[in-house]
Amino acid sequence: MIYLQAFVDAVALGTLFALVAMGIGLVFGVIRLVNFAHGELLTAGAYALLFTKGMPLPVRIVVSLAVVVALSALMEFIYRPLRTVSPATVLIATFAVSFLLQNAALLAFGTQGENVEFLTELNTAFVVGGLRIRWITVVGLVVGGLTLAATGWVLRRTDAGLQMRAAAADVQMARLLGVPVRRVVVMAFLVAGLLAGIVTLVLAVQRPLITPTFGFQVMIPALVGVVVGGLDRLVPAALGGFAVGFATVMLSSILPGAQRVFLNTVLFVLVITILLLKPDGLFVGRRRAVERV
Amino acid sequence: MRRRLAVWHLLGPSLLVVAVAAVGTTTSPTIQFQVRSVLVTAAIVVSLYVFVGNSGVISFGHVSFVAVGAFAAGIASAPAEVKPSTFPKMLPFLANLEIGNVESLLLAALVGAIYAFWVGIPLMRLSGLSAGIATFAVLIITHNVIRNWEAIGPGAKTLALVPPTTGFLQATVGLLIVMAIAYGYQRSRWGRRLRATREDPLAAQASGIEVHRERLIAFTLSGALAGFAGGLFVHLLGSITTEQVFLDLTFVTLAMLVVGGIGSMWGALIGALFIAGLNAFLVELEKGVVLGARELDLPSGTRLLTLGVIMFVVLVTRPEGLTGGRELSWPIRRRRRV
Repeated sequence: MIYLQAFVDAVALGTLFALVAMGIGLVFGVIRLVNFAHGELLTAGAYALLFTKGMPLPVRIVVSLAVVVALSALMEFIYRPLRTVSPATVLIATFAVSFLLQNAALLAFGTQGENVEFLTELNTAFVVGGLRIRWITVVGLVVGGLTLAATGWVLRRTDAGLQMRAAAADVQMARLLGVPVRRVVVMAFLVAGLLAGIVTLVLAVQRPLITPTFGFQVMIPALVGVVVGGLDRLVPAALGGFAVGFATVMLSSILPGAQRVFLNTVLFVLVITILLLKPDGLFVGRRRAVERV
Repeated sequence: MRRRLAVWHLLGPSLLVVAVAAVGTTTSPTIQFQVRSVLVTAAIVVSLYVFVGNSGVISFGHVSFVAVGAFAAGIASAPAEVKPSTFPKMLPFLANLEIGNVESLLLAALVGAIYAFWVGIPLMRLSGLSAGIATFAVLIITHNVIRNWEAIGPGAKTLALVPPTTGFLQATVGLLIVMAIAYGYQRSRWGRRLRATREDPLAAQASGIEVHRERLIAFTLSGALAGFAGGLFVHLLGSITTEQVFLDLTFVTLAMLVVGGIGSMWGALIGALFIAGLNAFLVELEKGVVLGARELDLPSGTRLLTLGVIMFVVLVTRPEGLTGGRELSWPIRRRRRV
């Protein structure tokens, strides 16, 4: 029974990480840029919810989503000069943006944190067959599943999605064939922003204490998940995020009490093992036989 | 000319380090501490450069070797009278150990090298982002183990009473040793082979270079230097917690390397001196400084914000870093031959 309960909690955390992972994977797929500041999108959305405390629910949701999408678009703009530089520099530059935004939040709002009081009724649990399930777990699962499906549909069935995938496969070729690459990149950031906005709404219910590291704490495990799952495909990336969230909760319930402090050690030994066995990603099938060195 | 340049590439940066240290000794005690910590940070960044700069593979795990070195040197040199009572769970062998300053630094380098070697054997097969995440995983594991395995580490407590022996002399000499070894490696056949794999892995392999072996050599050397720098670090601070050698230090040192220019030792040094110097300057500004008639007093937190902005601006305007990844050029321009 304990394990079943852990299973439910594991699925909940996994879904959340999967959504974050999908946003990171989408941007990476199109312009090969790991956006370290993706977590700060969530933080910004959470603070937007905090500032609209007491306003009607739809207003809060719309304002929060708008703030996140706008910030994502702004990031696209400031990342433009990075298009031609080496991956290491890009990584550090996006990290600098993350660092900057975190410290701006710290300076403006302090470390204390404040309760956002957003949809608190969803945080109550109901009991099914001895299992305590919070409503937000169910909502998170449904929202996560729908979002994943919708994003998949956009990418597969619309012209914009086709262009995004073309740009992801080969930017030069896509440009030669008349794909407006600039617009596609903006689009990728807007979609990633929208995904981040949706995650923020779910996360703010689950973890109502808003601090400057609200998003960063989720972004790091999700990023690990993205790399473990498979970077440049959306579904493997999302599955990787899910796997990290799921494994975290399951491991902490399996490990005996005294060993529980070593959860991170066990988890990250697993991560290294998977990376060594499948450097292309756990959920990516056999691909072109290119020598990896 | 070539030989002269080769000497200059090490001599020029060394002169700069000595100059910084010399100017540092003339300042007030608080600023003296800042200057010494700038020098030690530079040693960490140069050790990071030995692997990252020469191999082109990003490592988020180097601070693990700094941490291992710092705790090895710190625990081995802290007084044996207090350790058993402060850390009751520590292995008796470690708790009763008390070695001198130089021995502890050598121990730090040795432990760093051994750890890096064993970690490197599996990890050096990876490249790109997989390598980044795997080395990041090493950092998390190291931190987790040192913090929670109280038989070998201080646990969540502060390791205090480490002899504060890293004065100006030790910081300067330590940094110069790290730089000399880094430069020597870079010009050796191993260094050149590794640089070849950085430029084109397939062509290097086709020319008979074993990528895995060359990377492992650099990783181990880099781990030894990072461990040594960690030893300098713990002797600078006198007390240390596991949080001081974790995420913040990782990102700060990587940022210094990239801002300075990832491909040269000169870049590593300049990046470290530039950002650590700026950081130290802003720390003092936050405390309040009298500038002429007015007193300037920045609100705390501005420091990190300013650092973030400057880091980003440098990377956007000079993506190859401040030095463009080149070694220090000869100060006097050669006359062009007709």
